[in-house]
Amino acid sequence: MADIVLTEAPAAARPRRLGAVLPVRVAYAMAAPAVALMVLTVLAPLAVMLAMSFTGYRFGEDAVPFVGLDNYLQLLNDRTFRRALFNTFAYVAMVVPGSVILGLLLAVLIDGLNHGSRVYRLVFFLPVTATVVAMAMVWKYLLHGTIGPFNLLLVALGLPAIDVFGDRSLALAGLAVINIWSLAGFNMVLFSAGLTAVPQDLYDAAAIDGMDDKLDRFFSVTLPLLGPTMMFVLVTSTITAFKVFDTVAVITRGGPRGASDVLLYTTYLEGFSYFRMGSAAAMTTVFLAIMLVFAWVQARVLDRRVHY
Amino acid sequence: MSALRSPYRFRPGQLLAHLVLLFLAFLFLFPFYVLLVTSVRTPQELFTPDFHWLPVEFTGLRYYIQSVTHSPVLTFMKNGVVVCAGILIVQLLTAIPCAYALAKYEFRGRDLLFATVLFCLTVPIQAPALPLYLGLNAMGALDSYFAMMAPFFLSVFAIFLFRQTFKSYPDEIIQAARLDGMSESAILWTIVVPASLPAIAAFAVFSVTAHWNDLYWPLIVVRSNELMTPPLGLAYFTDVESGENYGALMATAAILTAPLMLGFLMAQRHFIRGITTMGLK
Amino acid sequence: MSAAVEITAIEKRYGDTVSLRSASLSVRPGEFMTLVGPSGCGKSTLLRIIAGLAPQTSGEIAIGGEPVDHLPPKARDVAMVFQSYALYPHMTVAENIATPLRMRELPRGARLPLIGRLWPGVGERRARIREAVGRAAAMVEIDGLLARRPATLSGGQRQRVALARAIVRHPRVFLMDEPLSNLDARLRVAMRGEITALHRKLGATFIYVTHDQVEAMTMSSRVAVMMDGGIVQCASPAELYADPRDLRVARFIGSPEINVLPIDALVAANVGFAPLAAEWKGAAHAAFRPEALSLVADAPGLAVACRVERVEGLGHETLVFLRTEAGGHPLTARLPVGAFALFSGDSALAHLTPDDVLLFDGAGQRLDRRHVTPTGGYAHG
Repeated sequence: MADIVLTEAPAAARPRRLGAVLPVRVAYAMAAPAVALMVLTVLAPLAVMLAMSFTGYRFGEDAVPFVGLDNYLQLLNDRTFRRALFNTFAYVAMVVPGSVILGLLLAVLIDGLNHGSRVYRLVFFLPVTATVVAMAMVWKYLLHGTIGPFNLLLVALGLPAIDVFGDRSLALAGLAVINIWSLAGFNMVLFSAGLTAVPQDLYDAAAIDGMDDKLDRFFSVTLPLLGPTMMFVLVTSTITAFKVFDTVAVITRGGPRGASDVLLYTTYLEGFSYFRMGSAAAMTTVFLAIMLVFAWVQARVLDRRVHY
Repeated sequence: MSALRSPYRFRPGQLLAHLVLLFLAFLFLFPFYVLLVTSVRTPQELFTPDFHWLPVEFTGLRYYIQSVTHSPVLTFMKNGVVVCAGILIVQLLTAIPCAYALAKYEFRGRDLLFATVLFCLTVPIQAPALPLYLGLNAMGALDSYFAMMAPFFLSVFAIFLFRQTFKSYPDEIIQAARLDGMSESAILWTIVVPASLPAIAAFAVFSVTAHWNDLYWPLIVVRSNELMTPPLGLAYFTDVESGENYGALMATAAILTAPLMLGFLMAQRHFIRGITTMGLK
Repeated sequence: MSAAVEITAIEKRYGDTVSLRSASLSVRPGEFMTLVGPSGCGKSTLLRIIAGLAPQTSGEIAIGGEPVDHLPPKARDVAMVFQSYALYPHMTVAENIATPLRMRELPRGARLPLIGRLWPGVGERRARIREAVGRAAAMVEIDGLLARRPATLSGGQRQRVALARAIVRHPRVFLMDEPLSNLDARLRVAMRGEITALHRKLGATFIYVTHDQVEAMTMSSRVAVMMDGGIVQCASPAELYADPRDLRVARFIGSPEINVLPIDALVAANVGFAPLAAEWKGAAHAAFRPEALSLVADAPGLAVACRVERVEGLGHETLVFLRTEAGGHPLTARLPVGAFALFSGDSALAHLTPDDVLLFDGAGQRLDRRHVTPTGGYAHG
């Protein structure tokens, strides 16, 4: 009876249940500093950048002429930009397979060891923590056209010397090797985590089912179960490789004659060296669009991962 | 896998795996070896046509001392420390409360805020770089510690990571603390944050590594030598001193890389965890 | 189709810890043998050694009269069902079931992912595999699920897929490692029946590991009770219950647990037991099943004075939990419904028939009363 009376009473007449209501002000106060920073350092700059890409603005000038899509149309015909875009994709096409396959190989080999896995993990992860700029200098000397140890080895073997970073057809590949070296250990750790998630029972079942061959086991159990990890590693590696900048800036500066010019380096020069802000903003927009596509793929991959 | 480990099949496989891994380990470590060995041999040796594993003339710490006394390497390190610490402190102070609000409160706009965080997660620093540069220039703040740190004050990644950590923190304890009369921010900073230290440490490693090694942004906003961070200083140093004095160059590189490498060797597990949290999100 | 499994003096050590000590067991062809014991007794380890998934430290396994110790799991012609089912998550149900056949019947090239389908000359074999998969699936009634993936199946359905994968190639021996323990209680009872039916239909040798004595008692031809890495007793379920050779077995089998009283306590409770106790030479413990106790109003003979602690009415029977007045030892009585109206705090006399008493020595070994000197010899002294 009492219940019925209560529910029929007007809502306003009910005593306010203070205990159940959390002060929303607290939540807003907690989020506010981060929100302010997010607007100031990301959202507003992005908006400005997008707007700027429709102007012919040059740093240091007062005029901000509106040029519509001109910047983008010019990019289409800009040989430097197209070369940089092509080089970036070529670079990604070398770094991603290299670092993913090497990372997987390392993870699988180390996972099967009875002893020493800790030391190996340490060794292969070392390049991930190393300062890229410092190691870039080492690599530059290592692959130096005359005095580099790599060339001394070639000469000792009776082969002709190669100046990797001075050769138009090799410079980009040389940079890719450095990135593979610094990324493989990272991918190895991700794959190792994926491997430990494969239940032991599954390997036992595979052994009973007749997969006592390592290759069978790898292709029928390990690799399919690493599928979600694999997709994830592929996407993160692609994003990392796509953002290559340091080694180009330190070792080749895009050279020789543009052979190792990549998207971020070209954009950097356009904006901060030539101060053509409008055109640099258009390049950045293209870069950001590509990144968003990768992020979208990554989000799809994460969704898929739930199913296993 | 256990069949693999049974006695009748494990030995040749293990040996082969070790051989392959040892060879790869040699390749992976070779650049580090070159870094160290070149920093203790004379430049003349480098220009002889044969390769020696050990320096013919061991220069000891000569280039290291030279690097510390004749170049601003210590200034670079100090700048690195200041910038990394400043960034990390502001990141933690802003991201932790925001993540907690997202994890534990119901409020209007929460989903929109979280969606925005996810969006920002995909935006690399290079995207807002031009306007940030123009803005800092307009403020007259270029070429300052503030300019080097400001773009990184907000870490959406930290918000994302801490939100997940806080979400898994039991509500019962928070409610018990409320019954005990603690304020909401006291609950956050004295109850929830201490319990989330592993995640915070992992993020700290990630953040410090990223900003200690960053070349891109310092390259854009820093002009004066006194403000250069390790990577920028090193890149600059390479240009000025040029390739002739490899020994001093390598010694400088070794000094500037050392802090992170030592940190990694001493706390491998934390480092690996910290740096790969980015991948495991 | 079925084979004997001979387990001889198997030992398994991991460093200093011994997980199996000299376990020996003969499993007859076509038998449903259950290994039962508390967790950590080594039963799963023994099963994995039989399968070839783990090597033994010493001892021998023979299947069908042939030693198999040198053989990998594939060559032992055994199938195994795992507690976690261990289904390949990336394969459909049909592919899961087909895997053991594909591994045996298709050449390596044809087993490769994607390009394997183009391998020439194996079409007929593929058709045979498809047929066999269909038959196995029909046997466990999952023919409607063949195109699904394990993640979309319920626990019971996954269990059936795991069974089908084991059935499909007609192995001589089926090994099952706690296959029902991930299912809910109702499903477990249903699957118990299905697995025994399957055993009858296939006629193969089953070796079944469980920690659940009800499963062991209801499904098996014989049960091997394992304790501390050894097989303590192997017998039919009825025999295990009525004639346990070891106090641990007596305690493990049967619910509620068997009553165990030190002989001294029995005598202390009722001096009338003194002559019997003298007869039970060497016995340290008297054990009797809850149904061996009856509650009586007055004491016509050998009864123990107790206090009622708790009464549990189960509908078809009543369990009465007692404590002896002398010594405070716990006793349980299983009574037919309505046999007695009792409340906690009541006094009761628990009557015991000497013939129902099982005797164990100080080390927990069963004493056979036939070997005790007949009445009279020592009673006069």
